[in-house]
Amino acid sequence: MGNLLEAHSVSKKFGDFTALNNVSIAVPKGSVFGLLGPNGAGKTTLIRVINQITMPDTGYVLLDGEALQGHHIKDIGYLPEERGLYKSMKVGEQALYLAQLKGMQKAEAKKRLLEWFERLEIGDWWNKKIQELSKGMAQKIQFVVTVLHEPKLLIFDEPFSGFDPINANLIKDEILRLKNEGATVIFSTHRMESVEELCDHIALIHKSNKILDGNLTAIKKQFKTNTYEVGINAENHSNLHHILAEKFSIAPAHFKTLGDELKLNIKLSEKEKANDLLSFLTTKGQVSHFVELIPSASDIFIQTVKNN
Amino acid sequence: MNHLPLIIKREYLTKVRNKSFIIMTILSPLIMIGLITVVAYLSQLNNNKQKTITILDESGLVKDVFEDTESINYTLLENNVTLENAKAIVIEEKNSGLLHIGKFEKIEKASDNIEFYSEDSPSISLISDLESLVEKKLTELNLQSKGVDVNMIEDAEVNIDINQENFTGEKTSKLDSFIKLAFGGASGYLLFMFIIIYGNMIMRSVIEEKTSRIIEVIISSVKPMQLMLGKIIGTSLAGITQFIIWIILGGVLLTIVSLIFGIDLMQIQSPQQEMIQQATQSSDLNTQVEMGLIAIKNLPILNLIIAFLLFFISGYFLYSSLYAAVGAAVDSETDTQQFLFPIMMPLILAVYVGFFTVIEDPHGTVSTIFSFIPFTSPVVMLMRIPFGVPIWQQILSLLILIGTFILTVWFAAKIYRVGILMYGKKPSYKEIVKWIKY
Repeated sequence: MGNLLEAHSVSKKFGDFTALNNVSIAVPKGSVFGLLGPNGAGKTTLIRVINQITMPDTGYVLLDGEALQGHHIKDIGYLPEERGLYKSMKVGEQALYLAQLKGMQKAEAKKRLLEWFERLEIGDWWNKKIQELSKGMAQKIQFVVTVLHEPKLLIFDEPFSGFDPINANLIKDEILRLKNEGATVIFSTHRMESVEELCDHIALIHKSNKILDGNLTAIKKQFKTNTYEVGINAENHSNLHHILAEKFSIAPAHFKTLGDELKLNIKLSEKEKANDLLSFLTTKGQVSHFVELIPSASDIFIQTVKNN
Repeated sequence: MNHLPLIIKREYLTKVRNKSFIIMTILSPLIMIGLITVVAYLSQLNNNKQKTITILDESGLVKDVFEDTESINYTLLENNVTLENAKAIVIEEKNSGLLHIGKFEKIEKASDNIEFYSEDSPSISLISDLESLVEKKLTELNLQSKGVDVNMIEDAEVNIDINQENFTGEKTSKLDSFIKLAFGGASGYLLFMFIIIYGNMIMRSVIEEKTSRIIEVIISSVKPMQLMLGKIIGTSLAGITQFIIWIILGGVLLTIVSLIFGIDLMQIQSPQQEMIQQATQSSDLNTQVEMGLIAIKNLPILNLIIAFLLFFISGYFLYSSLYAAVGAAVDSETDTQQFLFPIMMPLILAVYVGFFTVIEDPHGTVSTIFSFIPFTSPVVMLMRIPFGVPIWQQILSLLILIGTFILTVWFAAKIYRVGILMYGKKPSYKEIVKWIKY
C-alpha cells in the first residue's frame, strides 16, 4: 500500500516566526496517523497547508500522488480545533450548506445526512437552531458534517474535546469504522491514551521541526529499555534488595498489589534474557508480578521533546 | 469549484430571515412616517395660532401700515397711552408682544426709538416682518421729505428674471439647478447611507463567523476571496430588498396618513422648498410645473442612470471590502472603532464636499479634484453629474475608481485571509501591514 498523503520539505514563515521548518511526513493509505506535538509546535499550520488554507513558502504536498489542487477539497474532511457552526441557522439547513460547499449534490447530501442523523439518534434536531443545542450536541453535528462527503482523507484536530466519555467513545468507534471502510485519518491530539488506542503511525513535531516519525509499534521497540517491573515476596526484603542490586541495575517501582511485595524495576543489559531473570527470581521468593515495561506514547512524547 | 452563488444565497437568506432585520424593515418606515406626521401636525398647530401684536405708535407716522394677516392681528393703541400702561395692557390681555415706536426728530435716527417687548423671545421671522413694514413706510416718508416722488421710483423699478439658455438652445431656469441638486444630492446621499448601513452589516457578519469559530470549516472548502465577495454581494442584495420595501411601505403609509389626517405634508417647508419657491416666485403654478418637467427633461437621464449604477457599485464595493477587512481583523465589534475611523473620514469628507462645494460651484477646482480621488469620487461625482460633466472626466474618474477598487479588494482579501484565523488580542496597524506579506 502506498501513501495517501505526502508532505515534502514543507516550510512556512509568518514574518520572523518560523511555523514549519522543512517538515516531511508520509501518511500510509488506510492508516490512522497521529500528528503530535506540544502547543504551538506547528501542527495546525501543517494541517492548514494540507487543507490549502495556508500556502507553504517552500515544499509541496501530494495527495494520492497528485500535487494539491482546488478539486482536492472534496477529498478531504477537516474538523478544526477551533470549530463552530452558524448559531442562528437550523441544523439541517446548515449541514446541507456545508455539504454543498464540499461539492455534494443537495439531494444526495440530504439522504446521507438523514442516515447519519438516524444512526447517531439525532434525527429530531433537523429543525433546531444550533444555539438551542448543547456544546456536545453541536460537536456531533460538526463531526457528521466533516465526514458526510465520504472523503479519502479525514483530518481531526482534537476531535474529542467537548465530548463526554460516552460520546467520545461513540465518535472513536465511528472513526475506526470509517478507517475500516477505507478512509485514511490524520489525528492531532494531546490525549495520549487515544493515540495509543487509535494510531498506527505517528509524527512528532516540536518547535516547527519534525523530530520523530514512523510506525508506532516500531517506535516503541526503538524506545524500549529492556526494563521489567517485578514484584516478589521474600523472607527478608532488604537482603533480597541487596542481592539484586549487586547483580542488576534496579530502581524502586510503584504499582498496586494486594500484598507487601518488594517492588522493583530491573533493567537488563542487551545480553541478559528475561527468562534468566525470572528463573533467578523464582529461586529467591514468590514472584507475584513480572511485566516488561513498554514505553507509552506519552513517555516517548515527553522524552523526545525534553531531549530536543 | 465555484461556490459563489451558494454563498450569496446563504448570506442573503440569513440576513433576510433575521428577526431584527425584519423588524427594522417594517418598523423604520413606520417610525419615520410617524415622526413626519407628528412634526407636520405640530407645525400646523403652530401656524393656526393667531398672534396679537399691540402697536404703540407715538410718532404717529407708521400706524396705518399694520394690516392684519392670516397669523397676526394688530391692535393699535391711542397716542396718549404711556409705555408703562401699554405694557400693562399687553400683559393683561396676554398678547404676544408690544411694538413701541417712540417719538423721533429725524427719520434716520428712528431706529433708536423703536422697541419690541414680549414675554418670550419672538421668532426671527416675526421681527423681520415688522422691521420691513416699518422700514418701508419710513423710507417712503424720508424720500417724500426730501422731495422725491415715491410713485416715480416705483414706476422706474424693473423686475428682472434672466432667461437661461445653453448653447444648444435648450431653455433652462433657476428651477433647473434645484432639480439637479436634488438628483445629485439624493444619489450621493443614498450611496453614503448604503455604505454605512450595509458595510456595518457585512462587518458584523464577518465577526460573527469568527466568534462562532465556523470560519475555518468554511475556508477549508472555499477560497477566502470567494467567501468575502459572496458576503458582500449577498448582504447588498438584502440591502436592496430592504430599501425597496422601505420605499414602497413608506409611500403607501405616507398616502394613508395624509388621507386620514388631512395633513398636507407638502406644507412642511424645508429651506430647499423655500429656495425653489423664491426661484419661481414670479410664475404661476402651471408654468412652474411646466418648467419642472422641462428641467427634468433637460437632465442627462441616460448618463445619470449609467453613471449612478457604475459609481454606486464600484464605490460600494470599495468601501464594503474595507469593512469586511476590518471585521476580519478584530474579534468583537467593540474593537472596530479604531479601524473604522479612517474608513469613515473620506466618506464624510465626500458628503461635505458634495453638499457645500458642489452646490456652490459644481465645476470648480475643489469639486473636480474630489470627483477624481477614488475614495470620495463616487459621492462627489454622482452629485456633479446632473450639472453636466464631460464624458472623459467621468470615464477617467471611473477608471481610477475601479483600479483602486480592485487594489482595495485585493488588499482587503489579504487582511481577511489572515485575519479570520487570528484570535485573541486586537492587532495593531503594524501587524495588519505585516499580514499582507504572509
